[in-house]
Order: sequence, then C-alpha cells, then structure tokens
Amino acid sequence: MSVYLLRRLIQALGVVLVMSLIVFIGVFAIGDPVEILISPDADQIERERAIVALGLDKPLWLQYLSFLGNALRGDLGRSFVFNEPALQLILNRMPATLELAFGAMFLALLVGLPLGLYAGLKPNSPVSKGIMAGSILGFSLPTFWVGLMLIMVFAVQLGWLPSTGRGETREILGMRWSFLTRDGLAHMAMPALNLALFKISLVIRLTRAGVRETMLMDYVKFARAKGLSPARVTFVHVFKNILIPVVTVVGLELGSTIAFSVVTESVFAWPGMGKLIIDSINVLDRPVIVAYLMIIVLMFITINLVVDLTYSVLDPRVRLEGK
Amino acid sequence: MTAASISASPISAAPTLEVRNLQTHFFTRAGVVKAVDGVSFTVPRGKVLGLVGESGSGKTVTGFSIIGLVDPPGRIVGGEILYQGKNLASLSEEEMRHLRGNRIAMIFQDPMMTLNPVLRIDTQMIETVRAHTKVSHEEARQRARDTLGMVGIPSPDERLKSYPHQFSGGMRQRVAIAIALLHRPELIVADEPTTALDVTIQGQILAEVQKLAATTGTSLIWITHDLSVVAGLADEIAVMYAGRVVEHGLVEQVLDRPLHPYTAGLIGSVPSRNKRGEPLRQIPGMTPSLLSLPAGCAFRSRCPRAGEECGIEPPIREILPGRDARCHRPILEAAEVASA
Repeated sequence: MSVYLLRRLIQALGVVLVMSLIVFIGVFAIGDPVEILISPDADQIERERAIVALGLDKPLWLQYLSFLGNALRGDLGRSFVFNEPALQLILNRMPATLELAFGAMFLALLVGLPLGLYAGLKPNSPVSKGIMAGSILGFSLPTFWVGLMLIMVFAVQLGWLPSTGRGETREILGMRWSFLTRDGLAHMAMPALNLALFKISLVIRLTRAGVRETMLMDYVKFARAKGLSPARVTFVHVFKNILIPVVTVVGLELGSTIAFSVVTESVFAWPGMGKLIIDSINVLDRPVIVAYLMIIVLMFITINLVVDLTYSVLDPRVRLEGK
Repeated sequence: MTAASISASPISAAPTLEVRNLQTHFFTRAGVVKAVDGVSFTVPRGKVLGLVGESGSGKTVTGFSIIGLVDPPGRIVGGEILYQGKNLASLSEEEMRHLRGNRIAMIFQDPMMTLNPVLRIDTQMIETVRAHTKVSHEEARQRARDTLGMVGIPSPDERLKSYPHQFSGGMRQRVAIAIALLHRPELIVADEPTTALDVTIQGQILAEVQKLAATTGTSLIWITHDLSVVAGLADEIAVMYAGRVVEHGLVEQVLDRPLHPYTAGLIGSVPSRNKRGEPLRQIPGMTPSLLSLPAGCAFRSRCPRAGEECGIEPPIREILPGRDARCHRPILEAAEVASA
C-alpha cells in the first residue's frame, strides 16, 4: 500500500513537471501581455522598464527556470494585474468554486442515483421513460441558457431566490463559505442546480445502465434464490456493484466541474476561480493562468488518487500494489 | 431392486415435490416460446431426480419455475407445483420468498458467477440465515461456519472473512452448496452445478452432495446434460426434449434399456461408449426452435424410428411397468411388443 502511494507520488511529480512546461510554453504562445498591460501612450523607456520589471526581457527557458525555482519555494509568481501573489489570488477564490462544485455533485448524486435506480429496475414503466427523456434534456440544453431561464423564473418572475453573488458567508479555517448560512445557501441553490443538471443526467444514465447490467448477473438471481428481500437485493447486492463505475465518472466530473465551471460562475456572477481565470486570460495575466493550471493539475491528480483508493474499498478484487 | 418394488417405490411415501403438467412460456416479440410445455414428475423424499436433456430442452426453466424465479417475459401459464399440499405456482411473491433458500434451495451452474464479488462470504451467508430465522448476528455466523465446515472447507473461520475471488471454482461451488444447505431445505434444485468444474473436483462435489443428501434427508433435482453424473448420483431420471418429459423411470433401468429413441441417442452420444477408431455416434440435426414446433412428436425429424403415426403428438404413457415414455414406437424387444 505505501509502495503504491509512493509510486503514485513520483508519477504525480512527473505529471506536474511536464504539465508546467506545456502550460508555460502554451501561455507564451497565446500572446504578449506587454501589448495589453502597458498603455499605448507610454514611451519606449517606460516600456523597457515595465518589461524588465515583469521579467519578460529574459529568454523563455530562463523565465521557465526561475519560475520552477520560485515554485519550489511555494511562489507561483505575482499577478501582473493585481500585483498580488497569484497563488493567494486563486486560493481566495477557491472556496467559492469548491462549494459550488461539491454542492452540484451532491445534488447530482442525491437526485441521479434514485432516479437511475428506479429507471433501471422498472425499465418499461412510463415514469422511467419520462426520466430518461428528461436526462436527454439535461445533457443537451446549454448551461448558460438553463442558467438564464432559472434566473428568469426563480429570481425575476417568482422572486424566490437571489440571482447573483454568494450572499452571507461564514469563516472557517480562514476561508469564507456560503453553505453555512441560510442566505448563502439560497444564493448557492440556483448556480449549483445549474451546474448539476448535466451531471444528474450522467448519473441517471450510468446508474440505469449499471442496474440493468447487474440485474442479469447470476449473483443477483442467486441472492433472490436465497430468499432475500427485494430491498436487500437492490440496495446491497446491486447497488454496491454499480457504485464502481459511478465513482469513476463522478470523480472525473468533479475535477472538470471545479476547473471549468466558468459559464455558470459568469451567469450567476459567482466570484469563483472560473471567473478569475477568464478575466486573467483576457488580459494575458500569465502568472495567474499558470498558477491556476498548476493547481488544477494537482487537483486532478488528487481526485484520481482518491478514486483509486475508493475502488479498493468498493471492489475487493482491486489490489493497490506497486509493481 | 426387483420388478415389484420398482413399480411401487416412486409413489409409496408422499413425495417432497410433485410437478403436474407444468407450462412455462416466454412471451417474446417473435412469438410465444413454450420452454416448458406440460412437464410432470415427482421427487420422492430423500431421493435424487436427474433431469436430463440438451441445451434448450427446458430443464433449467423447469428448475427456475419450481423456485419461482422465472423472469419476464417468461411466466408459468399452467400446471401445478405441489409442495406440502400447496401449489407453488399460485403463491404470492412474498410467500414464495419465505420458502426460497429456506425449504427449497437452488445451486447454480457457474460458481464463478453465483457469489457476489464485492461482498464477503460471511455477509452472503449470514444474510441468508437471517432472511428466514430471527437469530443474532453471532448465531448466524456460527451456523454459517458450521455449514462451511460440513461441505469440506478447511479453516472455515478464516474463510468466512474472504471474498469470493480468493476461492477456486470448486471451493466457490462448495460455498454455494453450503448456502443452499443453511436451512436444511427439503429440496435442492441443482442446475448443472458441476459442469463448470474439473473432473476431479466434480467427483468430490458429487460425493459430498450424495453424502449430505443422505444424512439430511434432502431431496434433489439434479439438472444436467451429463448422463455419467446422473448414472452415479440419481435414483430416478426424467429425460426432457423440447419442453416435455419424453422418458421417466428409475435410473438404472432407463440407462440400461432406454425406451425412447431420444434417450437411446443421448446414451449413444457418450464418447466412452463408442468403440475406438469408429466415428463417434451422434444424434443428427439439432433441437427444433421452440417458437415453431412442428405438429406431432418434436423428435420426429431426428428420429431413426419415426413413422407415419409420429405426425400425431404421442401422449406420455406407461409402456412397461414403472416405465413412462412419450413415444409411438418405443424401443422394445419382440416379446414386449405384444404386451405394450
């Protein structure tokens, strides 16, 4: 087990290193921040001074090496725009995005698993067909449109829910969270639902497919032949088996939700990382972009590790061993 | 056994199970598949009935009908399955569930597939105990351990904590048998439980089951296509073809002197009965589609003895004392023809 973790850690380091190189070159290729950051009225001397101050006069490889050196000391550079440490900037926004993503995932499982289970157990009932048709909508309606519709209905027409911002927050571990207050939860409801819609559909379809496949297995028939109650067959024998694919996909989805909840955050003016990264790309704030992507890489690695560890809990046949 | 005791034995004591004219049909889009179409037999107390036939002859569906696990689009459409005076086919699902795994247990064909891969053996055994009796977790665990020991699993205490994938195929089948035995059922339906196993393991399991059935007084329906298994294990044999029983009798009589040409063909197909160097004997053709059975005897098109009268469905009748067969032209010796 510890050998396995060590191996994973070394692999992770490699991934981070390669990723940093790709990100660095990629960001360099997008464009020159000097053009955007420095006023067109500035004269040549001012320009030069600014370029040196930002460290953009050095060749790319030297910039990369100094970035690596700083990164080892936990410094991912200072934002060109805000003149704050990029890492700090991102970490300040992270709780907002995290709680939104986890809220959405929670909703997806809360709604998706029971509906998928039902649709899998009674594939021919009209309700199941309705659920499946609904899941197609959830897949295909564009996020931004659904978001706007939610605002139209629940904020404008009915006036039940606030349409923008995080609302009241409470501080825990030095970070501000919305989900701990009533007002914050009200603010979170719509963006979380908006973000969850696609995932609900995904979980429904995965669960249904898993249930239908598992119900045909001999061990389910054997469980019934043992005289177990239908509830026990469904919730122990079937459910534990379908959790494996669901956990995989939910894990991957969680990563991409955190990394790319840009659209929802924009629609609901949710002050998370997604909005920050879009703004930073617009002004070519390189340190923030690089720092953001590095954090996302680390997050994906962590989530994948957690998923693999969860496997070994769910499926005894999975052995976590370093070869 | 003498001739007199033979005719008396199958009906003497009240049988554990009596199947009368069972019909289980599958309502598919292509049409109605009559997988089991008028099957009757009795399982005497403490005896082993071998239910024999090719793939698709309806023997497995018969087994599932008895234990009440025929899934849609299949349905029992007629006949009776009498157990202790009750017709199992008319019981509610809940009533049936209390018998299942309790008074009537089942063992499946593929031991690699019958145990849930993500649950420990103790979980799978204890839940079975507690599904039918109100006992503490600890008592259930003890019963599970004792039963594992009974089917010949070494150090059952440790093995209870294992997962199915940590067992070999033979061991898994022993576990499945132990689960079937947990409540000392009166009847076990065993659906080809040794087919997927090595010959040596098969032998061990058969010996074990024979011993257990004898000591616990459990009746067995042993579904198989392997005549050599039936020869060693069963007391009676029912040969199925195209959803019907075509021959029924005591095992040694049927195997020694089959009356139905199909039974004779099955016996002739056993490779060890053929002479070295000669091409292996076989039954020509294959089982007819149950969707469109031709009128008359279903075996007619493959039968070497078929004649004109076979265009009419033969009824099952007692051809010799204690020997039933569904055939117009059974294989008889000259002296018997007149009497039959």
